[in-house]
Amino acid sequence: MSGPTSIRLARRDLIFGAGAGLVVLTLPRAVLARPTLDDAIRGFTGGKALNDGRVKLDIPPLLENGNAVGVTIDVESPMTAEDHVRRIALFNEKNPQADIAIFHLGPRSGRARVSSRIRLATSQTVVAIAELTDGSFWSSRASVIVTLAACIEDLS
Amino acid sequence: MTARALINAPKTARKGDIIEIRAMIAHKMETGYRQGPNGQMIPRDIINRFVCTYGGAEIFSADLFPAVSANPFIAFSTVATESGTITFAWTGDDGQTQTATAEIAVN
Repeated sequence: MSGPTSIRLARRDLIFGAGAGLVVLTLPRAVLARPTLDDAIRGFTGGKALNDGRVKLDIPPLLENGNAVGVTIDVESPMTAEDHVRRIALFNEKNPQADIAIFHLGPRSGRARVSSRIRLATSQTVVAIAELTDGSFWSSRASVIVTLAACIEDLS
Repeated sequence: MTARALINAPKTARKGDIIEIRAMIAHKMETGYRQGPNGQMIPRDIINRFVCTYGGAEIFSADLFPAVSANPFIAFSTVATESGTITFAWTGDDGQTQTATAEIAVN
C-alpha cells in the first residue's frame, strides 16, 4: 500500500529538486552575476576615494527609448603634460553589465570632452568617473528615466 | 569585417587649435544578452576597442562594452600639431580590425 505513494513522493521530490536546480542555474546568470555599481567603480578606482565635482555628465533625464542615448562627459582640466585626464569611465546601475566604456586621453587631447551613444536597459543611475595624472578620481552621476528598454528585448 | 566607417574631422586647422573628431562605424554591437526567435541566446559580437593615432602616435583610445549603442559613435578632441594622417582603428570580438584615415593640413 505504501509502495506507490512513496514512489510518487520520490518522483515529486525529484521534480521539485530539478525545478530548484533550474532556478539556481538560470537566476544567478541574469541577476546575481552582475557586479553592483559600487563594485564596478571600485574595480576602476582600485578602492580610492571618489571626489565630487570637476566632471560634468550630460545625459537626457527622460528618454522614450534606451537604445541610443547621447552622452557627453566634460572634465575640468588644463590638459597639460603634467596635469591631464588619463581615463574617463562610464558605468551604469541596472544594465546586464555595469561597464559602458572607458576612454583613454592624454595631453594631446587638448580638452577633456568625450561623447558617445549608449544603451540603457531601464531607468537607472549612470556614473562618469575621471582619473587624473595625480591619481585622484572625480565623479558625477545622473538619474535617467527610460520608458522603453534596450538590451534585453526579444526578437520574437 | 568591411563595415562602413564615417569620420568627421576638419581638413584644415591652425597649429595649436583644438579640433573635434567624430568617428562612427556600422556595427550591430550584439550584446550577448538577447534571445533569438528560437529561444537561444544570440552570441555577443561587439567592437571592443577603438584607437586613434595622429602622426603615428596614439592620441585617444576607448574600451567599449555591450552597453555602447549599435553603430558605435565616439567624439573626442585633439590638438592640431602637424599636417598628416589621422588613423582610426576598430577591433571586434572576432579579432578583426578595420581602419579608416583622414588627412589634415595644419598651418
